[in-house]
Amino acid sequence: MAGIVSYGAYVPRFRIQPKEIGRVWGVDGEAMGKNLNIRAKSVPGPDEDVITISVEAARAAMKRVPGVSPSDIGAIYVGSESHPYAVKPTATIVAEAIEAGPVMTAADFEFACKAGTAAMQTCMGLTVANMAKYGMAIGSDTSQGAPGDALEYSASAGGAAFLIGNVGVAASINHTVSYTTDTPDFWRREGQAYPSHGGRFTGEPAYFKHVANCAQLLFKRANSGPQDYQYAVFHQPNGKFPLRVGKMLGFDEKQMDTGLLVREIGNTYSGAIMVGLCAIFDVAKPGDRIFAVGYGSGAGSDAFDITVTEEMDALHKAKVRTMRSMVEDFKVIDYSTYAKYRGKIKMREG
Amino acid sequence: MREVAVIGVGETQFGELWDKSFRDLGIEAGLRAVQDAGITTENIDAVYVGNMSAGRLIDQEHVSALVADYSGLSDMHLPTTRVEGGGACGALAILQGWAAVASGLHEIVVVGAAEKMTDVGEVKAMEILTATADQEWESVFGATIPGLFAMMARRHMYEYATTREQIASVAVKNHRHGALNPNAQFQKEITLESVLKAPRVAEPLGLFDAAPLSDGAAALVLCPLEKARRFQDTPVRILGSGQASDTVALHDRRDLTTMDATVVAGKRAFHAAQKTPADIQLAEVHDNFTITEIMAIEDLRFVKKGQGGPATEEGQTTLGSRIAVNTSGGLKARGMPVGATGVAQAVEIVRQLRGEGGKRQVQNAEIGLTHTLGGTGATAVVHLFGRVN
Repeated sequence: MAGIVSYGAYVPRFRIQPKEIGRVWGVDGEAMGKNLNIRAKSVPGPDEDVITISVEAARAAMKRVPGVSPSDIGAIYVGSESHPYAVKPTATIVAEAIEAGPVMTAADFEFACKAGTAAMQTCMGLTVANMAKYGMAIGSDTSQGAPGDALEYSASAGGAAFLIGNVGVAASINHTVSYTTDTPDFWRREGQAYPSHGGRFTGEPAYFKHVANCAQLLFKRANSGPQDYQYAVFHQPNGKFPLRVGKMLGFDEKQMDTGLLVREIGNTYSGAIMVGLCAIFDVAKPGDRIFAVGYGSGAGSDAFDITVTEEMDALHKAKVRTMRSMVEDFKVIDYSTYAKYRGKIKMREG
Repeated sequence: MREVAVIGVGETQFGELWDKSFRDLGIEAGLRAVQDAGITTENIDAVYVGNMSAGRLIDQEHVSALVADYSGLSDMHLPTTRVEGGGACGALAILQGWAAVASGLHEIVVVGAAEKMTDVGEVKAMEILTATADQEWESVFGATIPGLFAMMARRHMYEYATTREQIASVAVKNHRHGALNPNAQFQKEITLESVLKAPRVAEPLGLFDAAPLSDGAAALVLCPLEKARRFQDTPVRILGSGQASDTVALHDRRDLTTMDATVVAGKRAFHAAQKTPADIQLAEVHDNFTITEIMAIEDLRFVKKGQGGPATEEGQTTLGSRIAVNTSGGLKARGMPVGATGVAQAVEIVRQLRGEGGKRQVQNAEIGLTHTLGGTGATAVVHLFGRVN
């Protein structure tokens, strides 16, 4: 059975808090943060982008499986909404950095916030079909929120890489199912610096409809119920939506707590569900079962039924930072530093 | 002139209706009114449609023919007319429908009004709403509808010592009423404290002082009173109407705390109906902001000038008091599909006069009033409706 052979993640250490963002815009940021259930969001440093985040995550994944030869990776897919180049691949740079290739296939995915989980499914298909021994699926973003917009309180940076294969599986993917519609609640056109969104439309007809329907499909496919899982993780654009949808589906807060990183690092978009899974993998025991549903605006949902295997304990975890250590190792910055790091200050030309 | 009766009413749910288009809403309200009237579509002689800004909100003009077309009436080649007057267009459509029946031009008329506001973002919707103010002298300098109403509130507080709590009590009351209306956008009570603590929109008005941007539609069927009982056991008579205009720009007004258009439209309506404010048991007044209701109940002479705040705070306008104001929840809680407002208000009054107010029924309701504004008060329309005993 195909599954996750190894995993790695990276979250930049800079954080900005809602109160500080609100201070600049004359808004009660503390109340905003409380409302969103977000205490801080991660901010990429001036030298960090989706490529560096993806490389860090991919290297961490490879460190956990020193026995795996990078040359056995037959595919690398990087899913993101913020690839640094409009034309020039991210995946090739990641491949070179982890010494994979050149005999491999690769592509960059863009599929709203579920580009990373789409990459997971693609890698599963390739490995199940024996077209590749391993596939590397990455979800990573340095997401954008327009200054002063509600998104600015949540759009953050981070990513995760999963090595997918048939052998040495540390977390088997028992079932996966997708639910896809064209429901445009969030979009960014070519050349635009910041996305537009449909306000409250992003809730009921978008996030909740897709996540809940996809979750129900997975329950049916796996012939399971919420009580069968030790952990549950949902796409987390804020800290409220996943808890609400989880409760709607019958999960309790304890099941959702470990993977709910948005409260401390914000919404890492394509990385969100995958970094949540990494946090769970760090602590899960063999036999633990995980229910995961991603979501991408205007894209739909991908759901996964995952069981942690004995191989999880065999991973070389000591050499790699845990998700929790990355979440807890932070430096709070003010808005002006944030503006500088995020390139929001217009610089002298030439 | 013939007496005119309302023989059918219909309305949609109000709110952010993402799964319904403008035409869906118009058809739904219209069909409900036609069914309520017990007529068939062959009986309809003309259609009047109130709509403020479909051209900018959904890129669709010519909505009167569109609604008739999608209601399956195109082969009847009915006269269909759209009426526009800012937020007052629904109330103006009623006036046009009334005039057509009263004059003998038509026998049975459908008056519908609809607005679809959530297909554009909130910023764009506010820009479109502000187009009902004076573009050259207000909007272009950055004035917005909330800003202009906030100035009225400030002046009212200065002139009459109206308190922030009194203004906020309008929202508390209308949410209490809205909680009893199954078609209301907000069916939830709110506390005075939550209104006072809500984020500011334009000082002194906060988020909970403002009506929401809504989707929704409402419709009436009108016919000569003498024929009304053929269709409807409990027809409601249009007793009298008044329409008035004023300067479009707020700064040109005689007084920031009195809407002269409301005063004049009210006087005309009371005169036409041969009634006085004391005869009214319930009223749906324009409460796009809390301060607007306070000014409206003063300008319609339900209370003395300057007493709108204390009267509301003391509960004189709540359900069960001497005059029940905005039993539907008003624009504040029922919702504000701008152009549909006047007709939605009339639907509430007719239902109440027919004894169909449900949990929010006003006991012994005989005469009800609607008051609808365009812009910051450059247009005001007042209708009086009465039970036919």
